[in-house]
Amino acid sequence: MDSKMQQHGLLGSESDSQRTLYPYVTGTSVVALKYKDGILMAADMGGSYGSTLRYKTVERMKAIGKHSLLGASGEISDFQEILRYLDELILYDNMWDDGNSLGPKEVHNYLTRVMYNRRNKFNPLWNSLVLGGVKNGQKYLGMVSMIGVNFEDNHVATGFGNHLARPILRDEWHENLSFEDGVKLLEKCMRVLLYRDRSAVNKLQIAKITEEGVTISPPYSLKTFWGFSAFHNPTVGAEGSW
Amino acid sequence: MFRNQYDTDVTTWSPAGRLFQVEYAMEAVKQGSAAIGLRSKTHVVLGCVNKANSELSSHQKKIFKVDDHIGVAIAGLTADGRVLSRYMRNECINYSFTYESPLPVGRLVVQLADKAQVCTQRSWKRPYGVGLLVAGLDESGAHLYYNCPSGNYFEYQAFAIGSRSQAAKTYLERRFENFMDSSREDLIKDALMAIRETLQGETLKSSICTVAVVGVGEPFHILDQGTVQQMIDAFDIAGEREAPAPEPDEAEEQGAAEEQGVVAEPGDGADQGGATDEGVAPMDI
Repeated sequence: MDSKMQQHGLLGSESDSQRTLYPYVTGTSVVALKYKDGILMAADMGGSYGSTLRYKTVERMKAIGKHSLLGASGEISDFQEILRYLDELILYDNMWDDGNSLGPKEVHNYLTRVMYNRRNKFNPLWNSLVLGGVKNGQKYLGMVSMIGVNFEDNHVATGFGNHLARPILRDEWHENLSFEDGVKLLEKCMRVLLYRDRSAVNKLQIAKITEEGVTISPPYSLKTFWGFSAFHNPTVGAEGSW
Repeated sequence: MFRNQYDTDVTTWSPAGRLFQVEYAMEAVKQGSAAIGLRSKTHVVLGCVNKANSELSSHQKKIFKVDDHIGVAIAGLTADGRVLSRYMRNECINYSFTYESPLPVGRLVVQLADKAQVCTQRSWKRPYGVGLLVAGLDESGAHLYYNCPSGNYFEYQAFAIGSRSQAAKTYLERRFENFMDSSREDLIKDALMAIRETLQGETLKSSICTVAVVGVGEPFHILDQGTVQQMIDAFDIAGEREAPAPEPDEAEEQGAAEEQGVVAEPGDGADQGGATDEGVAPMDI
């Protein structure tokens, strides 16, 4: 009786069970960095259903308007909902037809407002978003979390990427990376994630956005090395056990 | 314009296809004291004549800062102008909050125009009786727009509204081709000259006019009285007709100008109900 009354007070009636309580189909890390001509972003194509690596061709990066690129981790259906919001936003922006257009900074702030407002209603969009873009020569890279925390930086990552990829980026990122160096750096991060993140799959895309526009690469796989001596005879030292 | 049987409601068309109530609203703009605006590639200047009801009262505020990059000068029903300025400030602030970016002037102007249009198509409303000169900066440069009660808006290189604005318009028409490349100082000088034209002989001093500027790297602000008076003196335009080149250090000239029998009657003069000869249908603006 008591707990029911408490819940009623704080979170609204139980009968409208329309709040997000936990995610179902989720994407794992997104990693992105600024390079000489714009932004590079990488994300694998996995959609996990709990601990099952269920969907293996989920595109988690999308172009937004002319100037931005959005990558998401977390609940895939919420990401699709966000894409619908942004679609409408860009549509109205284009309908003005007046030479002004929303740049990455504007889209990032719009998303921050959306995420924060949902969080305030206790019905979050369960995503961590990476928003990158170039407008009028200015590069922009930012992140928004599901509770509305947002910031800009030269390199960002979501989820496990924060713990595994960002230390690498902090050491090895520098201004004006060439495209090849940027890709190599991203692949290094993605490889570490592939080895160590159990929800990573070995099928990824790398996207780039420059003043000219967005290019998302077709899916490909990273080379991995499993030929460690310890893996050769895994049961050595376990003889006698059952 | 004479009274006729089609002018009672804003929602009644005349047989000639006119909405008289809207046109009457535009008449109200002509009765207000003058406001002028002009722009270059990088700056926009707004100016207005301060008319006080009597010697005892202060003058009404006619120039409003809407945001760091937008300002507006009004002519007509000042109360309507104040309300619309509040709307504009609200729109700017909401846009800034959502997008962390300044609202492009062009979009604000369209929103304002749509708001004015609503009042021309509701039987329980009346058109706003105020004309607005909107000055602002956005990605594509400096802009000056005129919003009228009919819901139309136009972009201008330079424009003047309110009573005796025709004199200012004539002055501006002669000079506007040079405005795009003018410096900030020259633009302000031209604004002051245009204001002086509407005064019809009265001496130009900083107490009877207000000037505001917005430009690249310069947020919208109203120039203080001292600065304006300095510029009037520097450009030597207090009482003379179209001084050719600015002679900065002639402080004595000011005295001479006042002597030269400029037939100035401070204040009242022709301010009462400007029966202006602008007989053309206002929709043609």
